[in-house]
Amino acid sequence: MTAVTLPETGTATGMRRLGATVAPGIAYWFAAPSVLLLIATLLVPIVVVIGLSFTDYELGALGLSFLGFDNYAELAKDPTFWRSLKNTAYYTVLVVPGSVLIALALAVVICDLSRGRWFYQIAFFLPVTSTLIAMATVWKYLLHGTIGPVNHLFAAVGLPRMEFFGDPTLIMPALAIIGVWQLMGFNMVLFIAGLTAIPADLYEAAAVDGIDRPWERFLTVTLPLLGPTTLFVVVTSSITAFKVFDTVAVLTHGAPQGASDVLLYTTYLEGFQYLRIGPAAAMTVVFLAIIMVLSLLQTRILERKVHY
Amino acid sequence: MLAHPLLQRLGITPREMVLHAILLTGVFVTLFPFYWMILTSVRPAQEVFSAGFTWLPQAFVGLDNFAAALAQAPLLRFMLNGVIICSGILVVQLLTAIPCAYALAKFEFRGRELLFAMTLFALCVPIQVPALPLYVTLAYTGTLDSYFALMVPFFLSVFAIFLFRQVFKSFPDEIIQAARLDGLSEMAILWQIVVPSAGPAIAAFAVFSVTAHWNDLYWPLIVVTSKELAPPPLGMMYFADNETGANFGALMAAATLLTAPLMIAFLFAQRHFIRGVTMTGVK
Repeated sequence: MTAVTLPETGTATGMRRLGATVAPGIAYWFAAPSVLLLIATLLVPIVVVIGLSFTDYELGALGLSFLGFDNYAELAKDPTFWRSLKNTAYYTVLVVPGSVLIALALAVVICDLSRGRWFYQIAFFLPVTSTLIAMATVWKYLLHGTIGPVNHLFAAVGLPRMEFFGDPTLIMPALAIIGVWQLMGFNMVLFIAGLTAIPADLYEAAAVDGIDRPWERFLTVTLPLLGPTTLFVVVTSSITAFKVFDTVAVLTHGAPQGASDVLLYTTYLEGFQYLRIGPAAAMTVVFLAIIMVLSLLQTRILERKVHY
Repeated sequence: MLAHPLLQRLGITPREMVLHAILLTGVFVTLFPFYWMILTSVRPAQEVFSAGFTWLPQAFVGLDNFAAALAQAPLLRFMLNGVIICSGILVVQLLTAIPCAYALAKFEFRGRELLFAMTLFALCVPIQVPALPLYVTLAYTGTLDSYFALMVPFFLSVFAIFLFRQVFKSFPDEIIQAARLDGLSEMAILWQIVVPSAGPAIAAFAVFSVTAHWNDLYWPLIVVTSKELAPPPLGMMYFADNETGANFGALMAAATLLTAPLMIAFLFAQRHFIRGVTMTGVK
């Protein structure tokens, strides 16, 4: 960007500029397909979805009328919407600490090993690549009230059997277990990348200062330097958790008694099952607003990380 | 603490021994669902419902459950759909994102900063946001329930643009200029000289894209009504819905079949995959 203002001399900068500038027309041709797709599949739809949220549009209807904020006012009174929002937040609060702390512990221990690092990385990463829907049916079986191995284990150590998918208080924790299982390997890889970026001489300096016990080293060197990575992982995990949909759509459908209604599933039902586009659009706007707040946080953290 | 001579020869301290023990327990717990899935897929139904817990099948039914699963649902068709959809998406993503990323990285043009800002904004918007208008448009143009409908929202990958821009930026301008003096067109320079040098990044992105779309349930669930077009997750959902509780053996066999291709691909391409994740986080 600064190259533009530089005078064109025979210096290295001048050469660079020569290499980088051609007639602008070619740049537009290169960017055009992406720009068209960006407009057609993203920017226009976002504007349209915001517009639809102020209408009573239903799919197949010939006309629509402008309602102002009525859809939003309805949402504010809708117990299902609030329950969905609450459940989604609860799921996020369960999944984020679980997946971040386990990932951090795994990364720190794995980075400390002299051999076997790659093996552990692959093993813990495997769930990330698995087809969640297929593995969710496996988890439902694992957590089954009578024939699931988890309950066999509970019975063996004298704990009461738990109906994870029948008990309203256990359903979100059960879904969160699946969420943590799938997310922790992803976070672990991010932490390992962060750990490898910590210069080794900082540990040597700490050792000179008499800090040589692993736990002390972790608290005085690793954790502070991993701060930006940790924040980034927390926000990314929150975004992922907030988008929970698959496990609910295939395993619970919001049951039992709406205890597993989540925001995206409720929006999906409203928009694509009942075809009430207006209210669904309003829910989408709420969803977008929450995601945008989280993304802004993420960008802030990334900027900080760059300046580190 | 005295280390065992063998461990000493291997260079493993007692402390590392403990760490390995803890990690291996973790690996066991993490991979247990895969083990249980495969185990159940080769056991007879009555064992599934027996009260006890067994590590190995008491009676091995071979591939019976797999045959049952394949007879009940067109699982191979679902997988073929996955391949068609993922490769279609990937090809268009690469063809559109690479020139755009190159323009952002190497050309000066009006609107470049705006385009880059838009890319960053789009990076944060999940598919669920444009889904309603896209669905309505597809419904009105009669293109719902087609491969096109399954692929179109993902043709543009802003993540690819972002990633490749970073990679192309570090490509030396001198080489581009030399190629230009040799009379190569801008297109030829990009595809013959710059793109081959970005091989690892393209591979990482490809693995990333294929995983995301092979595993995506949300969009296929919305646009597909005919079974013949279902990608693996949607196929699995049909299967799980029809089979609820009745036949765990076949259900687990289906799960194994639909998860296997990607897992095997991952084991072959794990370096690219893990690099891809690292790039998203470190950027």
